[in-house]
Amino acid sequence: MTTAYPTGRWVIVVSFLIGFLLAGIPLPKELSPFRPDWVAMVLIYWCMALPNRIGIGVGWGVGLLLDIGRGALLGQHALALAVVAYLTLQTYRRIRVAPLWQQAFSVLVFLLVEQILIFWISGVVGYPPHDWWYLAPAVGGMVLWPLLFVILRDARRYFQVS
Amino acid sequence: MATLKPSPRIRYLFAVNPTAVLRLGLWGVLSIVLMTVDHRYQGLNDVRDVLATAIYPFHYLVRLPADAGNWLSENLASRDALLAENAQLREKQVFLNVQLQKLTVLEAENRRLRSLLESAVNTPERVLIAELLAVDFDPYRHHILLNRGRRHGVYAGQPVLDQHGVIGQIIQADPLTATAILITDPNHALPIQINRTGVRTLAQGTGNFQELELPHIPNNEDVKIGDLLITSGMGGRFPRGYPVGTVTKVEFDPGSPFAHIVAKPVAQLDRIREVMLLEGELPAVKPEPGSAVAAVQMP
Repeated sequence: MTTAYPTGRWVIVVSFLIGFLLAGIPLPKELSPFRPDWVAMVLIYWCMALPNRIGIGVGWGVGLLLDIGRGALLGQHALALAVVAYLTLQTYRRIRVAPLWQQAFSVLVFLLVEQILIFWISGVVGYPPHDWWYLAPAVGGMVLWPLLFVILRDARRYFQVS
Repeated sequence: MATLKPSPRIRYLFAVNPTAVLRLGLWGVLSIVLMTVDHRYQGLNDVRDVLATAIYPFHYLVRLPADAGNWLSENLASRDALLAENAQLREKQVFLNVQLQKLTVLEAENRRLRSLLESAVNTPERVLIAELLAVDFDPYRHHILLNRGRRHGVYAGQPVLDQHGVIGQIIQADPLTATAILITDPNHALPIQINRTGVRTLAQGTGNFQELELPHIPNNEDVKIGDLLITSGMGGRFPRGYPVGTVTKVEFDPGSPFAHIVAKPVAQLDRIREVMLLEGELPAVKPEPGSAVAAVQMP
């Protein structure tokens, strides 16, 4: 029965913290538009791996922290990440058995939904995006998904997070 | 006797959460309420204040790798490179000093002429240097975060400049940090004047770091490519006479009453590291609640 107990909470917390750091670190100007939303990707991973522990509430909370960090409207990223968590929870059974590159496409769809939600809200409050580059982070996220997946999976196995 | 009881792990593997939609709805409604309150009634400013202070160390943590990189490259620079840079800086200093001499003379002359005209001009004397916290914000909202806050005397509405010209203004002063809106933000407009002809208009942000738009200039107005734009001092927020940009495109469309004029900011807005905050007296015009740049008015 010991496996049923939640273990390794700090691994999850640290992975989100690293996600926050990566989301804020300055990038070269050419790469900057493709900076993936690391926090959303970490959230997708944990929703997929531990759907009984990480879900919509966690996504919402993490999103609120992101709102504060980025100086965005409070609730904007929170809503988007709650939706991402919901989508992952509804589909994780199909996604997590798929090969990595197929997973990456599902992640692309989730991240696109997230970006569109965020920019839809921005548009409502008077900051409409002026070109299509705002979808680029989702593409960056798709490309880097296999890397993140492998790293987090190994971390999860090594620290026996369940 | 042997009942089929699934082990906890199996149960979790096929966990189905029937309340997911309900939960999503609840959190969704909560975020919409939060966003509405945040957007409409600045009621959450105090909450933001507290939270911004709480995550202050985090911003430094994010900055750490970039700072370490800078420190390394400065410390590992070769002697030759340092000597070359030193020589270059010395040369520049001489050049600037020469210009400065001219400036003092001009300033004195200006003051004399103004006193002859009996017009009062308030030139803010002191500046506060602030550094940019190297945190990337939402790329479509041109806001920057500075490492000076209310504690250092920063206030909302304070003009922000760099060594080339106007950058923007403070829109929110937290205890230790402050957020500034850049002049290229789509929600920002700055009262300006064309230096050569004295025509007054606004410079509106476009969301592009290289472009400002000048609306409301009639087709028959005298505007040329290369004209310097300076702040007009209207609206009571920016002092008069600071460079803003240069005109890069002038298009006359016979079908519309106004010309399509585009300018490029003189400040390099996408590569700012240090900025100056002008310490004038507090602005006479109080920003109205509900609009971030309410003090910018039509000339």
